[in-house]
Amino acid sequence: MSFLAIKDVHHTYFTKVSATTALSEITLQVEEGEFVSFLGPSGCGKSTLLSIIAGLIKPTQGSILLENKPLSGAKNQIGYMLQQDYLFPWKTIEENILLGLKLSKQLNDETKNAALDLLKQMGLNGIEKQLPKQLSGGMRQRAALVRTLATEPKLLMLDEPFSALDYQTKLKLEDLVSNTLDAFGKTAILVTHDIGEAIAMSDRVILFSPSPGSIHKVFPMPDELRSLSPFKARNHERFSSIFQTIWKELESLESGKE
Amino acid sequence: MSQGKNNVNLLHKYYLHSLTIEKRWVRFYQVVIFLVFFTGWEFSSQQRWIDPLLFSSPSKIWNLFLEKFQDGSLLSNLGVTLTETVFGFILGTVLGTILAALLWWSPMLSKIIDPYLVILNAMPKVALGPILIVALGPGYPSIIAMGAIISVIITTIVVYTSFKEVDPNYLKVLQTFGANRFQCFKEAILPASFPTIISTLKVNVGLSWVGVIVGEFLVSSRGLGYLIIYGFQVFNFTLVFLSLLVIAVVATIMYQLVELLERKLIKE
Ligand SMILES: Nc1ncnc2c1ncn2[C@@H]1O[C@H](COP(=O)(O)OP(=O)(O)OP(=O)(O)O)[C@@H](O)[C@H]1O
Ligand SMILES: [Mg+2]
Repeated sequence: MSFLAIKDVHHTYFTKVSATTALSEITLQVEEGEFVSFLGPSGCGKSTLLSIIAGLIKPTQGSILLENKPLSGAKNQIGYMLQQDYLFPWKTIEENILLGLKLSKQLNDETKNAALDLLKQMGLNGIEKQLPKQLSGGMRQRAALVRTLATEPKLLMLDEPFSALDYQTKLKLEDLVSNTLDAFGKTAILVTHDIGEAIAMSDRVILFSPSPGSIHKVFPMPDELRSLSPFKARNHERFSSIFQTIWKELESLESGKE
Repeated sequence: MSQGKNNVNLLHKYYLHSLTIEKRWVRFYQVVIFLVFFTGWEFSSQQRWIDPLLFSSPSKIWNLFLEKFQDGSLLSNLGVTLTETVFGFILGTVLGTILAALLWWSPMLSKIIDPYLVILNAMPKVALGPILIVALGPGYPSIIAMGAIISVIITTIVVYTSFKEVDPNYLKVLQTFGANRFQCFKEAILPASFPTIISTLKVNVGLSWVGVIVGEFLVSSRGLGYLIIYGFQVFNFTLVFLSLLVIAVVATIMYQLVELLERKLIKE
């Protein structure tokens, strides 16, 4: 059986004036250690699906199994990094990254040192006592990643983690995240608008179509790209042809809408 | 290069200098207003342009101040009022915050209570004075209750609004770590609303003075509010003005202290 199984998930948001169906008939399996990207036009329900997998919202229909178990008891097995860093502005970086451990009562010298070590590996030295506002956008994003990784979740979900960063920082972080995940053998889902990023980082790219959000097409990445770091993958000869294929598919989705 | 740097330094010095000068002028005019007001008051009272019996005069107030200060009665009355006020505004702020927390805890409750809060807020709380006195007896408890009740509802409303405005994504972050509702409150809602709570504290200082003074008007045999009422009854307006001035000075000091606390607590 697969590590994560999403079975026939539908989700509709109800408000006073409308009922928006954000997701329909989502069925998907993710294997342990796999890196999957969600790609698709804005509003096609990517963030909604992550929230459902994280157990933050209950889908109107369907079920999620993590290692064959329903989600309810799976607290802290899933790390979810939101679309912005959401570091708590009144907490120091250290307090921020230890938050998850504290809340799940796993905070001890060992886990604390592991988290602080991870901070160093991310190139954040000597900022433990600083407040988030003293850090640059890229540094905050890395700190938020450390906070998410500190509880050692089995599944990591990243919602457009690099979208607010400049190109150079973004390329560096892609490599850093990819290396870190490989080192820990973690399963990950990445939401992105950047086709190149999806190709460079993932084992599989899943293209969503909008209204209602559903899986349009799945693109498995070739082995030669998967084994490379994101930065090198971007320079591989096969990269641009895959880029073209996905680009055309995305175009057809957007023209079909109008 | 270094030439340019020197120039900047020089300009910065000029700028700082101009700031100091401006500050001095502001101080100067503030002192002028103070002196003009009090000498004008003294002079017009002596010339009987205003009724000295009614408006007293700064010198008479000063003499009374020295007298009351030496026999200790001023300090003991001030102590009474001050204690009541401090208890009043701390109680008002704490109760208001606790009520706000309850409303946040139960959205259902907050929906039900909402119109009652509006009514209670619109009602002039000092009008409850007589009821409080009968219920709690004439004395400290009813006066402190007056000081608290005047600020508790508005505190509840303001703090609850700030609780609701906390970005829900912070709660999402906490929930991904398995936080329960209490942990969400403690880690996100309360600290995010801390600045609001401190600023209601500032407003409540002023409100509590009103509540306590009115309370003392109604029942007390001690305190500055009592001195005012007593002075009014025996037609000793010097005593009334003395009490007023003391209240003004002490209330200002208290406000400044709370402001200091605010700066200490909110690391900026
Ligand atoms: N809380 C909500 N209440 C009502 N409708 C919502 C809510 N959240 C999202 N939606 C709707 O659900 C749909 C999917 O939203 P979602 O945020 O999942 O899209 P997305 O794919 O993450 O978009 P983006 O790429 O812009 O982040 C949208 O049409 C949106 O309007
Ligand atoms: Mg989104």
